[in-house]
Amino acid sequence: MNAAIVGVGATDFSKNSGRSELQLAAEAVRAALADAGLEPSDVDGLVSFTMDTNAEIAVARELGIPELTFFSRVHYGGGAACATVQQAAMAVETGAAKVVVCYRAFNERSGHRFGQVQTAAAVNIDNSWSYPMGLGTPAAMVAMFARRYMHEYGATSEDFGRIAVIDRKHAATNPHAWFHNRPITLDDHQASRWIAEPLRLLDCCQETDGGVALVVTSAERARELPQKPAHINAATQGSGVDQFTMTSYYRDDLTRLPEMGVVARGLWEKSGIGPSDVDVAVLYDHFTPFVLVQLEELGFCGRGEAKDFVASGALELDGDLPLNPHGGQLGEAYLHGMNGIAEAVRQVRGTAVNQIADVEHVLVTAGTGVPTSGLVLGAS
Amino acid sequence: MIDIEKEAARVAEQGESAPRLARDPVNLPMINNWLEAIGDQHPGYTEVAPPAMVQVWTMGGLHGQRALDDPLGAMMKILDEAGFTSVVATNSDQTYHRYLKIGEHVSVTSTLEDVTGPKKTALGEGWFVTTRSTWYVGDEAVAEMRFRVLKFRPAEKQEPKPEPRQAQAIRPSINRDTEYFWEGCRNQELRIQRCGGCGLLRHPPGPMCPECGATKPKYLVSDGRGVVYSYVVHHHPQVPGKQTPFVIALVELDEGVRMLGELDGEPSIGLPVEVVFTKVDDELTMPSWRPRADR
Repeated sequence: MNAAIVGVGATDFSKNSGRSELQLAAEAVRAALADAGLEPSDVDGLVSFTMDTNAEIAVARELGIPELTFFSRVHYGGGAACATVQQAAMAVETGAAKVVVCYRAFNERSGHRFGQVQTAAAVNIDNSWSYPMGLGTPAAMVAMFARRYMHEYGATSEDFGRIAVIDRKHAATNPHAWFHNRPITLDDHQASRWIAEPLRLLDCCQETDGGVALVVTSAERARELPQKPAHINAATQGSGVDQFTMTSYYRDDLTRLPEMGVVARGLWEKSGIGPSDVDVAVLYDHFTPFVLVQLEELGFCGRGEAKDFVASGALELDGDLPLNPHGGQLGEAYLHGMNGIAEAVRQVRGTAVNQIADVEHVLVTAGTGVPTSGLVLGAS
Repeated sequence: MIDIEKEAARVAEQGESAPRLARDPVNLPMINNWLEAIGDQHPGYTEVAPPAMVQVWTMGGLHGQRALDDPLGAMMKILDEAGFTSVVATNSDQTYHRYLKIGEHVSVTSTLEDVTGPKKTALGEGWFVTTRSTWYVGDEAVAEMRFRVLKFRPAEKQEPKPEPRQAQAIRPSINRDTEYFWEGCRNQELRIQRCGGCGLLRHPPGPMCPECGATKPKYLVSDGRGVVYSYVVHHHPQVPGKQTPFVIALVELDEGVRMLGELDGEPSIGLPVEVVFTKVDDELTMPSWRPRADR
């Protein structure tokens, strides 16, 4: 695509921001524009998640963005993350807008917590086949997949735990991470309490107050701006056969994420690269089991082999496929995947705290278990 | 370290505390108030007081302070300093030698009888303190009481309190496409959508068959038998209407479709189960699973 991410911005990541979600959004957007060397008056497009409480017009008012020619929202929770960038890139390519800012901001810990039972969500007809039966939290919904995955491939709770250990190890050296200086061991993981068997507390990402914003413009415009651009080599969305939100339990195979398979095919086709060309993987990690399934869907290893791939050390900073060098959502912050995109941009720029050498391509994925999206960001 | 047994011996050696005179003589207004509060309608308490009121006469009142030589007060202070800061009364046995007459003025004395511990209790480690009180009219003992408290150190980490169970379970939304299912549950039938065009079985249901495009969904009544395909044991957070932990099972029915429901039993993949219907109210009956007896 002929577009690039030229600015990233974020608020602090906390458990109690002490300010409104709109203020968090406005602060993140302002920071991203400053990073990009642009003014609010340069912005003519805004994109967010349908779950975000901050209307595009409200953000525009706070920033003093005078006019918008493009505004859009993407559905399906964290599955929207990379798709906001896709929306922005498409708007830039088609001329619908020149500078588009993608944002996500919430008080997800001190305000509305997604990990609690979403009684209000039960009004959705699809959810009436799960919520009234007692399956009402994201952790429990993922646990249903995880149990079947363990059964079919012999994966264990420890195999899931290794993802948490890696994320927390990387977060430990990231001063922006909530879990800075707080690594965990596999024993810590195994000692953590059950949330929804087979998921333990440390299989579940944290909850965060904060905001992240990303500035997208054309590759031509990007050349005139101060930051090294992170080129959008590919951006895709994916929904699979018989798709539900978090509860696609009626497909033949419960050990896969077909929607991520759709994303993977699109990313490799559009970017012209394959799994072996990926220098850094920022994989959505709200719950550890789906990181294993993603590795398989994206083609980094065969079906059922992710546990061995993870145990081999491939995901370490010096491994073949460094995973979430910022610490992911288990370690840095849960910003619905948007902080992972910001990390991918830093890795391309060469300015990350846990910088991988000579980064050409970074893969980023969005929420799993839901219709999702992905990005390949490149140095060129 | 405070030597509690030694301190207790010192307090016990002081023997009986000095008599403490009741604020008022035995009187009818207080008797009437007490009878009313307790709900005692016995008509006989016009000349004498109910014996169980004995402690009332010598209560300290709202702003009362224990006498310096009160052995229970002294013992509480010692145990507080030793870190046993919480207290719960465990038992009290009273003996009445005679009725108290209106106009009599009682006094009370106390002795420390026994201090035993440390004992491990559900509340925490603590000491049982027993005192004996005697009520007098003049020199005549009219009533006695043995009173025991547990003075304990609150357990460092209290057992997590069971989260309050919300009465209202989450109800399904029901529309034109799904009404047949919930109607079936009310009639103790587990219904599976069957396409009126091609016969495709489908759950969860929808208005248009993805195979043939027909919009005439019908249903069959399932035998309600299947096996557990996957399951979750839910621990946190609390779920409205459920007591944690509980099991939710994804069951593959013999007819071939999968369906979610709570499972009352030890879960395992492959476990044969059958449907159970639980009436919530006139509008809603919920299906769930139990292990099959014939498995």
